[in-house]
Amino acid sequence: MTGANRGSTEKIMRRFFFGVATASIALLTMIMVFLFTEGMPIFEQVSVGDFIFGKYWYPTSDPPDFGIFALIVASLAVTGVSAAMAIPLGVMTAIYLAELASRRVAGILKPAVELLAALPSVVIGFFGMVLVAPFLQRVFDMPTGLNLFNASLMLAFMSIPTICSISEDAIYSVPNALREGSLALGATQWETIIRVVLPASISGIATAVILGMSRAIGETMVVLMVAGGAAMVPGSLFDPVRPMPASIAAEMAEAPFRGDHYYALFATGIVLFLFTLFFNIVADFIAHRYRQVGEASL
Amino acid sequence: MKIGIKTLVIALTIAFMTGGFPAGAAASENLVIKGSTTVLPVAQKVAEAYMKERPDVKISISGGGSGNGIKAIIDGATDIGNSSRFIKGNEVKLALERGAYPVPFRVAYDCIVPVVHPSNTVENLTIDQLKAIYEGKVRNWSELGGPDKPVVVISRDTSSGTYEVWESKVLGGGRVYPGALLQASNGAVAQAVSKNDNAVGYIGLGYMSGDVKAVLVNGIKGSKETTLNGQFPISRPLFMFTRDWPEGKVVDFINYMLHPEKGQKLVEETGYVPLY
Repeated sequence: MTGANRGSTEKIMRRFFFGVATASIALLTMIMVFLFTEGMPIFEQVSVGDFIFGKYWYPTSDPPDFGIFALIVASLAVTGVSAAMAIPLGVMTAIYLAELASRRVAGILKPAVELLAALPSVVIGFFGMVLVAPFLQRVFDMPTGLNLFNASLMLAFMSIPTICSISEDAIYSVPNALREGSLALGATQWETIIRVVLPASISGIATAVILGMSRAIGETMVVLMVAGGAAMVPGSLFDPVRPMPASIAAEMAEAPFRGDHYYALFATGIVLFLFTLFFNIVADFIAHRYRQVGEASL
Repeated sequence: MKIGIKTLVIALTIAFMTGGFPAGAAASENLVIKGSTTVLPVAQKVAEAYMKERPDVKISISGGGSGNGIKAIIDGATDIGNSSRFIKGNEVKLALERGAYPVPFRVAYDCIVPVVHPSNTVENLTIDQLKAIYEGKVRNWSELGGPDKPVVVISRDTSSGTYEVWESKVLGGGRVYPGALLQASNGAVAQAVSKNDNAVGYIGLGYMSGDVKAVLVNGIKGSKETTLNGQFPISRPLFMFTRDWPEGKVVDFINYMLHPEKGQKLVEETGYVPLY
């Protein structure tokens, strides 16, 4: 092979990979442009403030009300409650897997947790709707089992694998010298985990938590099936709610093409996109800001 | 090269003008249907069956709502305009101004039955009671002659055609209260009601099953008979409108739609009430 030939192959390969890499950026940009062009016209009908803080969502009434405050609160509440369940479970499982479990137990447990991520969300939703909802209603004497709590529980199932496996990688990658140093200084295994290993892997764990939460806030099928779908600000943990993705999924098929309702649903999509974007930026920020560089920076 | 393109264009033009061009022939047999999302599932099913029988006709169907369907008829933008309500006075006026004479065809009935859990002892509800329930004013079954249990109100999404009937016939144009659980389909409502002994919901007659209990409305049972004789209050006829008295393929399709063994059979399968 001649030198010139090698050079041109290099060049072609580089261009090819550049094209592939930029394709995803181009796609993302196109989707964003589409989302904004289809969503912005609603703000000629209602102001941004009325849209975001409006209490009533009656898109088909005459005159219609396009206020998504209850939907935003529902999304945040469902995500928050599911995070409260998923973070302790996910992180503690990760600690067990990375620090305490014997190789054999970890070999069984880890694939099992990851298999949880492979469950299609519609299956989890069906499980929540048919089994968990009647159970909650019967055992806790709730008016309905399709509520914020049930949806959060199902979303926690979905975010535990994400939180667990990314946290476990972070904990696992803490250099062994740190653990050995800590133990050598007379710390117990418990003290080593709490004082040394966790602080050293905190950026990875935080990233895991935020990625898990951004999965929960964008999840559609589960909340559509299980959250109950009442467009009101929840007063308790056991009230039915209507998160943003559920509203978009349920109504898009019936909204007249390029009507106000259609624009309002796209605008809801914009709000949802901004939330997940915010989560991702925070995750990125934490990952860089608190990155563990070498062993000396602890 | 230039000569080649010219010959091709001429050949195509001749083929097109003499009717030898296949796409041109097929395009002339197109049938456009537009309008109500409530009529859409029936229209779709009947159109599929019709196209199987008449492969030379291509039917394109879209939704957009009753108002859009009738508007498209007036504008001549569609052959058939679906509507879940009768044409309004100002629409007739507009049509006559444009030289159109809309003809209504009743193709099916929509009958919405309130349902509760089979264990619920409530047998009958008046329209006023249903209105109070769906406006959130009645919160306990004991106020309705049932057990001392909270009422869980289940409704369809406010954008569905079924909700539209409920809003006009039960709520009298009012709004369902925000605490109602909104479900995305008739099946989901039936599922939610069958799993919750506090629940009340409403579904199309075609979705009734043994898992839920139908409630009488003003003492009248929702059925095919009470819908057709107009006794059952939560029902309405569904229409297809044509711009003028239909001809050719349009009248053929309407006849197919109204045929008791063909179109009307599919009406029943879709969950609506057939005409006979």
